[in-house]
Amino acid sequence: MQSKNHDEASVTQERGVGARKVRKEDDRYMRGRGEYVGDMSLPGMLEVAFLRSPVAHGRVKNVTKPPGSEAQVFVAADLVGVKGILADSALPGFKSSEQPILANDKVRYVGELVAACIASDRARAEDLADGIELEIDNLPAVSDMLEALEEGAPLVHDEWGDNIFQHTLVDGDLDTVRREAAIKIEREFRTARQCMSPMEGRGVLAVWDKRLGQLQVYTSTQIPHIVRTGLCECLGLSHEQIRVVAPDVGGGFGYKGILLAEEVCVAWLAMHLKRPVRWLEDRREQLTANANCREHHYRVTAYGDASGRLLAMDTDAVVDAGAYSSYPFSACLEGAQVASILPGPYDFGAYRCSTISASTNKPPILPYRGVARTGVCFAMELTIDALARAAGREPSDVRLDCLVKPEDMPFNNITGKHFDSGNYIECVQRAVAAIDLKAVRQRQQQPEPDGRLIGLGMSIFCEQSAHGTSVYAGWGIPMVPGHEQAVVRLTPDGTLEVRVGIHSHGQGLETTLAQVAEEVLGIDTDQVQVVHGDTALTPYSTGTWGSRCMVMAGGAVARACTALASRIALIGAHLLEVPAESVKVQDGVVCSSETSGTVTLQDVARVWYLKPQLLPDNVDSGGLEVTVGYKPQRDSGTFSYACHAVVVAVDPELGTTEILDYAIVEDGGVLVNPMIVDGQVYGGVAQGIGTALYEEMPFDRNGQPLASTLADYLLPGATEVPAITIDHMETPSPYTEFGQKGIGESGAIGPPAAIVNAINDALRPLQAEICEVPVTPQRLLRAINKARTAATREAVS
Amino acid sequence: MKPQAFDYQRAETIIDACQGMTHGDTRPLAGGQSLGPMLNLRLARPGTLLDVSVTRELRGVKRVNGGVLIGASVTHAEIEDGLVPDNTGGILPQVARGIAYRAVRSRGTIGGSLAHADPAADWATTLTALRAQVALQRQSTQGAVRRRLYLKDFISGAMQTVIGEDELMIAVFVPDVPEDHRFGYFKLCRKTGELAHAMTAILRGSEPDDQRVVFGALPGAPIVQTGADALEPDVWRELLARRYPDMDDVELAVRIRVMKEAFERSKTR
Repeated sequence: MQSKNHDEASVTQERGVGARKVRKEDDRYMRGRGEYVGDMSLPGMLEVAFLRSPVAHGRVKNVTKPPGSEAQVFVAADLVGVKGILADSALPGFKSSEQPILANDKVRYVGELVAACIASDRARAEDLADGIELEIDNLPAVSDMLEALEEGAPLVHDEWGDNIFQHTLVDGDLDTVRREAAIKIEREFRTARQCMSPMEGRGVLAVWDKRLGQLQVYTSTQIPHIVRTGLCECLGLSHEQIRVVAPDVGGGFGYKGILLAEEVCVAWLAMHLKRPVRWLEDRREQLTANANCREHHYRVTAYGDASGRLLAMDTDAVVDAGAYSSYPFSACLEGAQVASILPGPYDFGAYRCSTISASTNKPPILPYRGVARTGVCFAMELTIDALARAAGREPSDVRLDCLVKPEDMPFNNITGKHFDSGNYIECVQRAVAAIDLKAVRQRQQQPEPDGRLIGLGMSIFCEQSAHGTSVYAGWGIPMVPGHEQAVVRLTPDGTLEVRVGIHSHGQGLETTLAQVAEEVLGIDTDQVQVVHGDTALTPYSTGTWGSRCMVMAGGAVARACTALASRIALIGAHLLEVPAESVKVQDGVVCSSETSGTVTLQDVARVWYLKPQLLPDNVDSGGLEVTVGYKPQRDSGTFSYACHAVVVAVDPELGTTEILDYAIVEDGGVLVNPMIVDGQVYGGVAQGIGTALYEEMPFDRNGQPLASTLADYLLPGATEVPAITIDHMETPSPYTEFGQKGIGESGAIGPPAAIVNAINDALRPLQAEICEVPVTPQRLLRAINKARTAATREAVS
Repeated sequence: MKPQAFDYQRAETIIDACQGMTHGDTRPLAGGQSLGPMLNLRLARPGTLLDVSVTRELRGVKRVNGGVLIGASVTHAEIEDGLVPDNTGGILPQVARGIAYRAVRSRGTIGGSLAHADPAADWATTLTALRAQVALQRQSTQGAVRRRLYLKDFISGAMQTVIGEDELMIAVFVPDVPEDHRFGYFKLCRKTGELAHAMTAILRGSEPDDQRVVFGALPGAPIVQTGADALEPDVWRELLARRYPDMDDVELAVRIRVMKEAFERSKTR
C-alpha cells in the first residue's frame, strides 16, 4: 500500500498517466466553438413543442387539435406501432410501469407528454400547443412518498394495488445489540427532491437519411449506444436503421444517461415526416417535468457502545421514485443502492435495511451524480455525529474507531461490498489536520463578535465505481455492462485515433484517454484524437455513468494500445532488419537491442499503408487497427473514498449559513490527470453545496411543481462556493490497469453530510439539530425555535 | 418558453411613447428583466411591446430644485457606475450595486423596476425610504397630462401600482439627502442575486423623531413607519401581525432582525 501526497503528485512527469495536462478539448470549449444540438441546423428543420399535462393525476378524455392545424399536432393515437418505454428490473417483486411516449389514458405527473406540435420555429409550435383543447378528468394525486405508502392512498398505477415499485430488504439479527447497546440513536432524515441542472438542457434532432434508410439522431446524451438500443425497442427498428450521435454535450450528471420519451417522439416524427425535427428542452421543462432526482427518507435506529462506536444500524428507507421506471437504470437502482451501500466505509456487526421505491405523481426519479450515495452518506454521517454527541466525543475520533482498518484491506463489508484498497484512517487524520480541528475547537470557546455560531463538520464515504457485470446482472436492469471496448488505429501519418463508446462531456476524456495512449505508446497527446459520441464510429458501450470511464475505457485503450504496439514492433523489426524479439515501442519509436537505429510510428504507418512493397510477404497481416475488450481483474468496482471537512458560521437569528473553510482528502487511486480530478471534485462540491443549502423542487399536495425558473430553484453561484483545498492520497486499486479508480461523482457525495454536521455542531449550544436538506433559513430557524420551545417547556415543568 | 407573437414599436420621444400607450393592449418594455421572463412564460401576452429603453428623454438625468430627476429608462448599472449625478451621498450607487447580478443591472431600469412593483425589488423599498416620487405622463386629447406620486401612494400591492392603462412612468424624482442624514439598508438573501426574503431601509435625521423606516419583501407593498418609535421592534411586530396574520413568529423575528442590521448599517453612513 502506498500513498503519495499532493506535492509529490504535482511534480510527476509531464507525459502519460499522472501528468497535469491542460485539457485538449478546452481549446474549442473556451473559444465558444463547441457544437451542441442547439447549434445545429438542417434545411427544412421543424421545431417541436410539447403539450404537457397540467395535472398530476387524471384520465385523458379528449385531446382536440386546433382546427386547421391537425397535420402539425400529434397525439398518442398517431404514434402507430410505437411502444412505450419499459425499464424493468429483475429484482424480485419489481412492478413494471410502461411510460407512454404520449399519454394515452392516464397522466401521472405534471409535465407528462400529451401532444407534440411541429412548426417552423419553437414559438409557433408553442402557439399550436396553446391551441389544443385538453379534457382531463382529475384524479386525486399523491405527491408525498410516505403518504403514497399509506392505506387508501390514490394509486399511481391502478393495477398494482399499492404504490410500491420495489421493496428491498437486507435483514440481520440485531437482537443482542438492541439488548446490550449503551447508546441508541433514533433519527429521521430527509433529502429534498432536486433537479439536475447541466448548463445545456436535453435536446434532440432527428433526420431520416433516405440514402441509407436510416434514422440519424443527434441527441444530448451520455449513452449514445444505449439510446440507440432503446430507440430500436420503442420504434421497432433494427440497430442498423438507427445511428445516434452525441455531439458536444454541455454537462450530464446522470440526467443525460436516460432515454427520454421526447427522444422517442422526435425520432418517430422525423421518421414519419421524413424531415429534420428538433426539440430543445427549455429550463421550465427541465425543472418541472424532467430532471428530478435525489428524494430520500430514512428512519434510522443506530446502536453504539459507550464510546459511540457504531454497533448496529436498523433503517427503513423510502425513495420517491416518481411515476415511471426510467430507462435504462429503472425505478429501483436508487433504492437498491441505498440498502447495499448505507454501511459506507464502516465496519460494524449488525445491519438491517428495508428500502421501498415508492411511486408518486411526480416525474420519474433519475440518477444524479453520486446516485443514492449522497443521501446515504447524509443519513450515515449524521448518525455517526449523533452517536458521537451522545457519547460526548469528538466525531472524528468516533469515525476513526468505526472505519475499516487499512490492514483489513481488501475488505468485504457487511453487505458483501468488496473494498479494493485504501486507508480510511489516514484520510480522516489528514482531513482533521487540513481543517485544523484544534484551532476551530479553540475558536468555538469564545463568542463570535457578530453573534454567529461556528461549527465544524466532517463526512467520509466510499464510492463504488466502474462496477460491472457481476453487480448489474444482479439488478437485472435493461443494460448490464460487460467488457468495455476500444479501437485504436494508427493512421498513415502516424497519428493515433482512439475510438471509444463512452462519451465525454466535461470529464476531459479526450485528454485523459490520450494520456493513456501516450503512456503505452509514447505518442504525444496532441498526436492522438479521441473519437466518441457516434454509434457509427465507435464500439458499443453502455456509456458514461457510474464514474466508470477512466477505469473501463482507460483500461480498454491501454490494452488496445499494447496490442497495437506489438504489431507496430513487428513491422518496425522488418524495417530495422533486426529480429522481432529484439524490438519494442518506446517513446513513440520502435527501438531494438540489436541496433542504435530507430523507426518512428510515422515510418511504420507510412510503410504499412502506402509502401507495403517494403515489407516481406510473410509480414503479420493484422494491420495497425486493434479492437480490444477490457474488464478489470475483478469487476465488483473500485472504491475511491474521500473525507470532507467543513467549517461554517451560522446566524441563529437570520438562519443563514456561510461556509468558512472546506478541505477534502481524496483517494482516487492512481490519478491519470490530477488537475482534471481536481476540477471534477470542485464541480461536484458545488453541486453538493446546492444539495445542502439551496436546491429543492417542492410540490404542492396536488402534485404541482412549485419552482419553474431558476429564480425559484436556487443553484449555488460563484459567490456561494468557497475556496476548497484538496489533498490527494493515491492508493492504487489492485484490479485496474494503472491502479486508477473511478472518482467523477465523488465531489457531490460528501458536502450535504459534512455541511449539515457542521451546522449541527454550531447549533449544539442551542440544543437544536437539523436532519433535512436543503438547510434553508426557514428550516434552520424552525429547528432553533423547536429546541427553544422544548427547553422552555422543560424549564416550566 | 417563447412569447406569443407581438408587435414591436420603438418610441423615440416621450410623446411617441405616450401616444403608443393610448393603443390598448400595449406594454412598455424597458430593460425587460422582469417582462422578458413573463413574456417567455406567457404570463404576459401583450399585443404590442413599446420599447422605451431607447427613448432619449427617458434616458436623461436632470438636477432640479430639491433633487434629481432620473429618467425612467436609466439602468441600474448607470447608477452603480456613477454615470448619474448622485444627490444622496452614495446611497443610490450602493443600492444599485446590490441589485441581482451585473447582467441584470446592465439592462434593468429604475422605472421598470418600480412599475413592476415586485415587493422584493431593491428600489421599491429604498426609494420609499428616500421619499422619492414617480412622474407619470399620459396623452389626452388636450395634450400631455402629468402627475407626480410618492412611492407609497404609487405602489398599491405586490406587483400592483396605480398607474393608468395609458400612463407611462417617465422619471423618478429623488430628493436631496441632507448631509446629516443616515441611511441603512439590509436585505436577506440566501445567495447573491436572489430576490430578497426580507428587507428594511432606514433614513434618519439628527432629530430623534426624524426617522423613516421601510419594510419590504413583504407579501404586499412596502410598509413605512415614521417618527420616534419607528425603530421599535414591538411597533413593527404589532403592525406586521395585524397586516399579515399568517406571518409566524419565526418570520417576524427575522424581519425585526433585518431591521436591526439595517440600523447597524445606518450608523456608518
